[in-house]
Amino acid sequence: MSVIAKRIEESFPTGFIKAVEWRGDVAIAVKREALHQVASFLREDPAMAFDYIIHVSSVDWPDEEERFEVVYELYSIRHRHRIRLKTRVPESDCVVDSLTGLWKGADFMEREVYDMMGIRFRNHPDLRRILMPDEYEEGYPLRKDFPLRGKGWRDTFEFLDEPSR
Amino acid sequence: MGLIQIGRQGKDGAPDIITTTVEKAVNWARKGSLWPMTFGLACCAIEMIAAVSSRYDMDRYGAGVFRASPRQSDLMIVAGTVCRRMAPVIRKIYDQMPEPKYVIAMGSCATSGNIYDSYSVVQGVDRFVPVDIYVPGCPPTPEALFDGILKLQERIMQKRVFLKQPQEVKRSLKA
Repeated sequence: MSVIAKRIEESFPTGFIKAVEWRGDVAIAVKREALHQVASFLREDPAMAFDYIIHVSSVDWPDEEERFEVVYELYSIRHRHRIRLKTRVPESDCVVDSLTGLWKGADFMEREVYDMMGIRFRNHPDLRRILMPDEYEEGYPLRKDFPLRGKGWRDTFEFLDEPSR
Repeated sequence: MGLIQIGRQGKDGAPDIITTTVEKAVNWARKGSLWPMTFGLACCAIEMIAAVSSRYDMDRYGAGVFRASPRQSDLMIVAGTVCRRMAPVIRKIYDQMPEPKYVIAMGSCATSGNIYDSYSVVQGVDRFVPVDIYVPGCPPTPEALFDGILKLQERIMQKRVFLKQPQEVKRSLKA
């Protein structure tokens, strides 16, 4: 197991779930209650110093009890190491702590996850849709139970009824 | 050109009198100075740019003066995938263009949505603006775009400027 994964397991024995290494990439799964603490540790600890958030994404596992997974990709410019941080939430209560307070770059990426997958982020400064329009009400398009062709939005052109300028 | 050339011939054999109808002259002037508006949305825009630049030189057909403002242009080349959120913008720009105005749907995406049969992609610009010419291809080559422009010029020559369009011509223009 990688050094980073070991340190996280030692520091957060209750929050740590598992670490998977595949072709040199380390992915660490944590409980969502521990996510913010783990992330804060990864950012602040001098041996970790993950100062750059590469990406925030999400996965829908429709058949599993904890249906949604939020994935954070982190990188340390100083130490040149990277890690993938994952956490799971059930559909009935899909709320995760926002990491925007730690990395400002998480802001838009968390908004995209909220827009596409409907996962809410606690303490996010401005949680609005980012790709779809604000008034979009058909749901969250990247969920597996969302129809590929959508629910009619792409074929409704309400602006055609307005008088032309 | 559809112009009738008669009259005295000069020493070099070239006619120095040309007669035609006003309508034909107007249409000829219109087709020879199409001012397109840049509306590149995706990879088709790259082919459109190639069509304008020196290798292909779209200016040969009188359609090389690309404008960034719809108020100065009369041809909108919609080049690329049209997302639903872009649709009101395209419509607004179309409305801002002065008459007479023409629309070319360049590429499969602007024509029909192509493979992007998804929740966010409009299945062809003709759902919200009238399209004159469809240019197939993914992306179409500059030659294909030229073919579209030449077809549009043929169509402009058929239009009636001063009289009401006869129904059958109108129908054929619509189709």
